[in-house]
Order: sequence, then C-alpha cells, then structure tokens
Amino acid sequence: MNGTGGQPDTKSIAVEGLWRNNPIFKQVLGICSTLAVTNLVLNTAVMCVALIFTLSLSSATVSLLRTLTPRNIRMMVETLIIAFYVIIVDILLKAYWPEMSTNLGPYVGLIITNCIVMGRAEACGTSNPPGVAALDGCFNALGYTFILLIVATFREILGMGTFMGYAVPFFGSPAWDKWIIMVMPPGAFFMLAIVVWVFRSIQMAREEKTE
Amino acid sequence: MNLGAEMGHALAVCVAAIFTQNILLAYFLGLCPFIGVSREVKTAFGLGVAVVFVMTTTTLLNWLAYRYVLVPLGLEFFRFIMFIIIIAAFVQFVEMAIERFSPFLYQQLGVFLPLITVNCAILGASLFMVIRNYSFIVTFGYGLGSGIGWFLAIMAMAGIRQRLANDRIPRGLQGPGITLIIAGLMALAFIGFTGVLQGK
Repeated sequence: MNGTGGQPDTKSIAVEGLWRNNPIFKQVLGICSTLAVTNLVLNTAVMCVALIFTLSLSSATVSLLRTLTPRNIRMMVETLIIAFYVIIVDILLKAYWPEMSTNLGPYVGLIITNCIVMGRAEACGTSNPPGVAALDGCFNALGYTFILLIVATFREILGMGTFMGYAVPFFGSPAWDKWIIMVMPPGAFFMLAIVVWVFRSIQMAREEKTE
Repeated sequence: MNLGAEMGHALAVCVAAIFTQNILLAYFLGLCPFIGVSREVKTAFGLGVAVVFVMTTTTLLNWLAYRYVLVPLGLEFFRFIMFIIIIAAFVQFVEMAIERFSPFLYQQLGVFLPLITVNCAILGASLFMVIRNYSFIVTFGYGLGSGIGWFLAIMAMAGIRQRLANDRIPRGLQGPGITLIIAGLMALAFIGFTGVLQGK
C-alpha cells in the first residue's frame, strides 16, 4: 500500500496487486504451497480460487477486527482467522469434489502458512477499512493467480501435451516428444524462474523509461 | 507389525524424506525462507538446525494430538488450527527455554525460531503425516528425515549463492530468479537418488 494517507482508489490497488507489487515476481511470497499443484492447469485454477476466497475474506475480517485485537497477540488472531476460512474451503472441497480434494492433498491446508495471506493481512488489513483490505487481498490473489496459470499452462502443454485435460494440437500428437521433466518438480522451478525473469525485465525496462 | 519391521520402515521413510522425497525440492515446502535466508552459509546453518529440531518434535506432538484428541472426538477437520497452535506454542516455549538455559544457543538460533512458525514445511510435514497414516515410530523417521532434507538443501543453496555473489547475472534474474534455477538443478540432482534407492 502507498502510505500517503487518504483512501486509495480501486484502480491504484489493482495496479499495485496485479503488476507493480505483484506477490510472485516482485515480493516473491507465498510460492511454496501453490507451486506444487502447477503441473495441471485445472488443479492450479481450483487452488487459486481457494486462495482468492481466503485472501480477500481474511484481509477484510482482520480489518474489521483491527480495533478490537490487542497488538501483541495479533499474529495469533490473524492465523486463526485465516485457518477459519481455509477450513471452510477444505470442507466444501471434500464434500462436493472429493477427487480434487485428494489431488490437492495437504496443499489446501497449507494456504494457512502461505506467507502472502499473512503478509497482506498484516500489511493492509491492520491499517485500512474492510472494503479496501478486501480489494487489496483480491487483487493480490489475482496477481498471484495469473502468474501461476502461465506457469501451469506451459508445464501441462509441454509436459503432457494437454490443456485442462484436453489434447492440444501438435503437442498432443506423437510428433512432440513430451518433456516429462516439465511436470516433475524441477520443471516447476525452471518455469517459475523464467517467468520471474521475463516479468522483472519488463518491469525494469518500463521503470527506466519513465525516469 | 512388529517393532523391528516398524524400525526398518521408519528408516526407509527417513532416507526417502532426505533424498528422493525431499520436502523442499520435491514438494516445494518452505520455499520462502529458503529463498530469503540462503544468502550466507552461517545463517542458513542456524535456520537449518532449528528446522530439524522443531520439525522432528512437532510432527510427534501433532501425531499424539491427532490420534488421541482429534480422532476420538471426531474433529479431524479441526487439525489445521490444532497443528498451528501446537507449533506456535512449542516454538514459543523452546524460545523461552533456550533463552533461560543457554544464552549462547539463544544468540545463535534465537532469531530463527519465530520465523519457523510460519515455515510451511513444518505444518506440511504434519499434514503429510496424517494423510499417509504413519505410525508413531515412522512419524519420527519422517519428521527427522524431512528436517535433515531441508537442512541439506538450504546449506547447499547458501554455499552456491555465496560463490555466485561476485558473478555477473542478468539483472532480471538476480535474487529470486537465479535461486529458483539453482533449486531446479538441485531438484534434478536429487531425483538421481531415486535410482540409488531402487537399486539396493
């Protein structure tokens, strides 16, 4: 957030979260739990929806309770609020989409310790009204989502020749020698590194231009 | 299962958790401190030791809590909150104990302990332990192995990054970018251990 005081408008919050202060390539936060599910686009999408839900609502809740929370136990309260929303997601997923719940394994639960959720609650939720906090959380989660979807798309197409489970022309055919390594853990690291590299370079070039 | 077989299983799980199923390189847990705190070997060592200790003890504590409190009460969905509270409380307790009894150790590790509460690898190990239905002894092997695996990975990374400090790296790749690429190469190398374990 810009510490200039006054109400930041929706557009500036959006630009901050999606681009200028993007959680992944700028803050490098919270990549732990979600990188593991980027081998399939569908898993990533579900995980990201869960994150958008948790991040916006927990930021708003932290903000609602900000005057009532004693400062020294604030971290604990924030963790409990986040855990509350994560449990809702976990139970819903188990009830209505059990296969997806097994696919994602412990990673849904790990949203609790995802640093980006805590980071936004702490940075924005504790000092802004609920509306602003929710928007900030939502756009940060969206900024996070679009990067991970890029990573997942490349990994699934190059590694399995499919997109959301459907065969892609050329990459799905025998003419394409599937890069199995892309769906294995090293592929995630390489792909994310390339995405971070590209976006940081674009950002730096732009900043130089404006100066 | 008798005790001997159990111990053997625990050992196998422990070795697998260190090498082929490394919690960091294969499951991406604990990446944030891995990228943030791996600039120097000395700090990486401190954090690594603290992780080994906390991970081993908290997986065991969480196992007990899950098995004897949550399952009998039918409150399995409550495990996220339970585990987090146990981890946070335990870390706080250890911090106070170390501060009281060993000022030297406190100076070395004190700063790292609070960081650990939010290390997703710690909670992740506990959640995996529940999903895979490990017994108490196997959980011990798993917690210890995961901790050592994380320790090894961050030490290797810190050693490599110290050497990289004076090298010229494209600007967009500096910091997290290059760290991720090295992590990818390390993950590749650790996959190589799969053959060793299968070949025995």
